[in-house]
Amino acid sequence: MQLPPALHARLAAGPGTAEPLPVARDPAAEAAPFRFAARPVRFPREHEFFEDGDVQRHLYLQDVLLQVADVPEKPRVPAFTCQVAGCCQVFDALDDYEHHYHTLHGNVCSFCKRAFPSGHLLDAHILEWHDSLFQILSERQDMYQCLVEGCTEKFKTSRDRKDHMVRMHLYPVDFRFDKPKKSRSPASPGAGTQASADVQGNSGERSEGDAMEICTEPAVASPAPVGERRTYSHRIPSTVCFGQGATRGFKSSKKKTKQC
Amino acid sequence: MWSRRQGRLRPVVCGVEELRRRGREREAVLRKARREQQLVSKRLLRDDAPEEAGEGCVSAILGETEVQQLLRQAQRGTEEKRERALVSLRRGLQHPETQQTFIRLEGSMRTLVGLLTSNQALLQLEAARCLHELSHSEQSTVAEACLPATSYLLTYLSSHSSDFIELCLYTLGNLIVESEAVRRQLLPQGIVPALAACIQSPHVAVLEALGFALSQLLQAKEAPETIIPSSILASTLPQHMLQLLQPGPKLNPGVAVEFAWCLHYIICSQVSNSLLIAHGALSTLGLLLLDLAEAVQRSEDAGLELLACPVLRCVSNLLTEAEVETVGGQMQLRDERVVAALFILLQFFFQKQPSLLPEGLWLLNNLTANSPSFCTSLLSLDLIEPLLQLLPLSNVVSVMVLTVLCNVAEKGPAYCQRLWPGPLLPALLQTLFFSDTEVVGQSLELLHLLFLYQPEAVQVFLQQSGLQALERHQEEAQLQDRVYALQQAALQG
Repeated sequence: MQLPPALHARLAAGPGTAEPLPVARDPAAEAAPFRFAARPVRFPREHEFFEDGDVQRHLYLQDVLLQVADVPEKPRVPAFTCQVAGCCQVFDALDDYEHHYHTLHGNVCSFCKRAFPSGHLLDAHILEWHDSLFQILSERQDMYQCLVEGCTEKFKTSRDRKDHMVRMHLYPVDFRFDKPKKSRSPASPGAGTQASADVQGNSGERSEGDAMEICTEPAVASPAPVGERRTYSHRIPSTVCFGQGATRGFKSSKKKTKQC
Repeated sequence: MWSRRQGRLRPVVCGVEELRRRGREREAVLRKARREQQLVSKRLLRDDAPEEAGEGCVSAILGETEVQQLLRQAQRGTEEKRERALVSLRRGLQHPETQQTFIRLEGSMRTLVGLLTSNQALLQLEAARCLHELSHSEQSTVAEACLPATSYLLTYLSSHSSDFIELCLYTLGNLIVESEAVRRQLLPQGIVPALAACIQSPHVAVLEALGFALSQLLQAKEAPETIIPSSILASTLPQHMLQLLQPGPKLNPGVAVEFAWCLHYIICSQVSNSLLIAHGALSTLGLLLLDLAEAVQRSEDAGLELLACPVLRCVSNLLTEAEVETVGGQMQLRDERVVAALFILLQFFFQKQPSLLPEGLWLLNNLTANSPSFCTSLLSLDLIEPLLQLLPLSNVVSVMVLTVLCNVAEKGPAYCQRLWPGPLLPALLQTLFFSDTEVVGQSLELLHLLFLYQPEAVQVFLQQSGLQALERHQEEAQLQDRVYALQQAALQG
């Protein structure tokens, strides 16, 4: 198929619309038995017209179309240690470090050192667990926000929220990032049941690997967080190291460690 | 670019001939699946192929005791030992038999989910890889066994590890196509908002994986009714998709392919194309076509048809929307470079992928049908002759070429004067010797227009034995009336 040479030049030149030649139709053009009518055509998704292109698409998805290629090497760098004080993990690939850092040290609560998969969940945790004003407000209005991205529903209690997430969003009943808060005040009603529910839930989980929310020490003897300052962010900025040691739940690993 | 991506997605360790043979077999299977409207594909992300290839042998199938043992080992001990146990499990899970064994073991998925949500990065990754192997299975029971993990996969889409997110996305993409039941779980779990949040990622690998997962969702049978109107069009996804299709130095072809297909599934569902047009879809896609043509000219065209196909489809379908006629300015497509670009792509298809010629010609029809300006461009850019060169290729192509020529001719004498004298009439006489009724019928339509608006052509037609050519079709029911009318017109003229 030969194309006129000037075509490439036209493509390279600027945008433009051709001045149309005058249109002058004769009614005899449409007279029977002739039936041509110029019109744009649309095809719905399952039309057989699309068969060839669809098959090509799926051959590509199934990796049949492309040619053999080398697997790219993961870029290696000189070995380095995690920057967070108290963490002795060594890395030689940036991807691994990124994952490690964000899993263990990113989105970490400055109060209880729990790590969360996202800033969104961390924020919810801080609000619900460590903010006394939240507790007070929640007695009068619905404060427990649904944890599902995009859902703006709020609830009076974390129990109600869980019910909502299970019923409406089909989340698992034991969703690991929505543990009921352990009551810190021994005087509050229902503390007993909550604590025991936690322990039950936790002991089941302890054998299944470290879920992020385990309170493995039942004797978390801290005073009720009344009078906490709310004027600063509780998040650890990613560039700051704390000298307090590793985050909760991190088991020091014998693999790839240096003395630190 | 694609070879890099392919390298991550299960590199094939065999020769080119073998590949071609597999390709042909696979193609036959896919065609059949499509005709039954069952065309779905899963993707498999395997990173450690070099090790396996070096070992020379594939990992062994694991029995029930071994799986149990590995799961136990994965839950306690040093991180290194636990990781090794999971790696062994993952290798075993490459086998359907091990997959079956795994899902039948009580508590196995629960354990795996526990490891997935642990705060040990390496264990998380290996657990996610195990899940990914399971998601890729063709057995519904295996894939559906992954359902307890989906809320976590979605949660992790807003985490910060791009490798991990990519893995979660491909896993979700595989699960999405498993069944409507799976989608009925994923949608209330908020998959669309989660994807909409994730699309802001700067990582190319994440975006490509996201595009894949989204395309799987949009390809679902029930998508036009249940998914596209409520979730997709109400979200910010369409705008982001169009942004990712903007031509320029930041355009990544692998990413663009996925989102172009996403757009195609949305547009051909015809749910709310006016919204897309309002977001500038036509001008973005038009510019992308120019970009593709330029890539062809630079011979940077490896795999380009994979992107060209959905883009052509999107533009063609959008051009049928009523708004296009009325809305002016930016929203319309009027730049004649689009015609130039399209012909460069047609030539590319002619050489590399002839099966896509009909789709390219479909766009040409939609561009020219109601546009005197584009018809004029066809003439002024000397594109009639190249178009005629496509005539003998196939019946479908012939009909479309003739239809486009009719689009031009029906606009009146000023247009027909530029069609004749020239190569058109000889080519038309040739098509009268074809046997396909539809091809001949379209030729008759074109002849009629030519005779009407350019009567001088009649004489030449007669001189070149046109009447004899017409006689061949006198008995054909579909053609009789028109043949007769033309014979009369020729004899009187």
